[in-house]
Amino acid sequence: MDEIVVRNLYKIFGPKPASVFPLLEKGLGKEQILAQTGHTVAINNASFTVRKGEIFVVMGLSGSGKSTLIRCLNRLVEPTRGEILIEGNDITKMGPAELREVRRKKLAMVFQRFGLFPHRTVLANVEYGLEIQGIDASTRRKKALEALELVGLKGWESSYPDALSGGMQQRVGLARALATGPELLLMDEAFSALDPLIRKQMQDELLRLQSRVKKTIVFITHDLDEALKIGDRIAIMKDGVIVQIDTPEGILQQPRNGYVAAFTQDVDRTKILTASSVMRNPDALVTSKDGPRVAIRKMQELGLSSVFVVGKERELRGLVTINACLQAVQEGKTQLEEILTTDFPTTSPDTPLRDLLPVAAQTKVPIAVVDERGTLLGIVVRASVLAGIMGQEVKGP
Amino acid sequence: MSPIGQSVEALVSWLENFGFIFTAVQKLIESVVGGLQWLLLLLPHFALIALVVVLTWRLAGSGVAVFVAAGLGLIVYMNLWLETIQTLALVLTAGFFALLIGIPLGIWAAKNDTVDKLIRPVLDFMQTMPSFVYLIPAVTFFSLGPVPGVVATVVFAMPPAVRLTNLGIRQVPTEVIEAAESFGSTPNQLLFKVQLPLALPTIMAGVNQSIMMSLSMVVIAAMIGAGGLGGEVLRGITQLEVGKGFEAGLAVVIIAIFLDRITQALVPVRGRHN
Repeated sequence: MDEIVVRNLYKIFGPKPASVFPLLEKGLGKEQILAQTGHTVAINNASFTVRKGEIFVVMGLSGSGKSTLIRCLNRLVEPTRGEILIEGNDITKMGPAELREVRRKKLAMVFQRFGLFPHRTVLANVEYGLEIQGIDASTRRKKALEALELVGLKGWESSYPDALSGGMQQRVGLARALATGPELLLMDEAFSALDPLIRKQMQDELLRLQSRVKKTIVFITHDLDEALKIGDRIAIMKDGVIVQIDTPEGILQQPRNGYVAAFTQDVDRTKILTASSVMRNPDALVTSKDGPRVAIRKMQELGLSSVFVVGKERELRGLVTINACLQAVQEGKTQLEEILTTDFPTTSPDTPLRDLLPVAAQTKVPIAVVDERGTLLGIVVRASVLAGIMGQEVKGP
Repeated sequence: MSPIGQSVEALVSWLENFGFIFTAVQKLIESVVGGLQWLLLLLPHFALIALVVVLTWRLAGSGVAVFVAAGLGLIVYMNLWLETIQTLALVLTAGFFALLIGIPLGIWAAKNDTVDKLIRPVLDFMQTMPSFVYLIPAVTFFSLGPVPGVVATVVFAMPPAVRLTNLGIRQVPTEVIEAAESFGSTPNQLLFKVQLPLALPTIMAGVNQSIMMSLSMVVIAAMIGAGGLGGEVLRGITQLEVGKGFEAGLAVVIIAIFLDRITQALVPVRGRHN
């Protein structure tokens, strides 16, 4: 079933929006119309449907009209023309009282900068939607506590928002939106203001939450990774026009035009990620003053078959293997210098993964990442290259 | 006189047709000032001082309370208690009306850009006009005494209340307003549950300024017979009684500091009210 149906939606900012339509019909673009008339075409003939229970992501760069679009859905921004059916009722034709009723019961919004009420406690923030509906104090308290528990903020009821971290504040925002029991969640760049790690965590949590509460979610983002991760379907917007609507797979495999393709190209992680982003500290190092016995002990401790040898300033001297060390002990050699090998791949920290892949596929020993002075910065093993491509965290020792 | 002055005179004489309104205003202000003065003089001075000191202690802390006790004691010692009460009654009346008109006007200007644009130059005009110019039309409509003094003071003291209420409401972050609206707040719920609470510190700064401006104007209003401490200062000037003028001036300063600290202490600290 279609929860939201949007047909031929336009939003034009400026003193006389109606005057712009003839120009749009002539096929003039956003830039030309702005230059000629001073009007901004924020949304240009957008049509789409959002199905019940899906996460529908609208993705675009800043200025693409995505924030205006989501604000049209609850009429925080008045659409200039077009239809927006929420569960079959056209929200654009509603009077103030009817609109308030829809906002109270059917949809709730989560904001980029959280939009929390700084003068209210966490609990009072979450209760707000119920409070303005005139629901009695004990019922709304109960519902608010349920919502807080759902987002993992039990015990923080009496704190004020400014005492919470960004991620926690957005959980309050989410709880506040869930508390009124809406069918529809509008999330405007909800995680964009958060640190990358917290952001990933919140994305996972949203998916976990969604599997429990099964809302219909319209999610705005400028981040393709985020869109691909959480979207059931993705709409890509540019200059107020919806360029393509498809599943994440579809967007990646069949980008409709160059603009979408340019976006998805970035997804080729091997071009973006470099050696420095997947390298890690070597498990063990020996210095050139150490003898073969020290090297053997270190390798045995960690179950390695080779170990890098560095000088005093951590400059890379070479590599010794366990076999070479054992042989050296038998022959009575005490200097590692004598058995060093330089038969291993090295790379600079800003080499893209794409160029590292063939090397990683061939070599049996780790790739040494060195700077221009020859200092050993870290090592890249095959597993960390793969993990980097998959978009996972590279775990250190 | 140039045509500008002539047309102002014409306007003023036309306004005199509405005498009944002025009479009503006159009666209202007279009864408020009189009532307030009666109330403040109901208790003997030491009892009122004790009451005020306790109140100050609760609101603004011990330091201010000690100052108020010493200051009001000094006023009694200088034999200016009655004049001080008269001045206080005038200030509180004028401040009350200035806020009664100014705060709603500020709310209106915050919610409506057209009103804001119209009000802005009027406020600029009101604030840049030398204060005693207000005394002239006030006298025309209300003759001499405390009433024209209060009227001129209300006009003079209103702009900061309007401006800072307007500013405070407009400073509430857009996303917070959007959040309140997205949950289906009525305009009144938005105003009383979100905008005013968040604008309160700024509004209170406006209240403080309005009250302080009321005090300065009430002293000047002595020139049209408003009485109180201003009257004593004026007598000091006209009769070259330097000592008397100084004592009255000192009392004005004490009252000014007292009112300033009290109104500042009313600014809410977040969390204390919940």
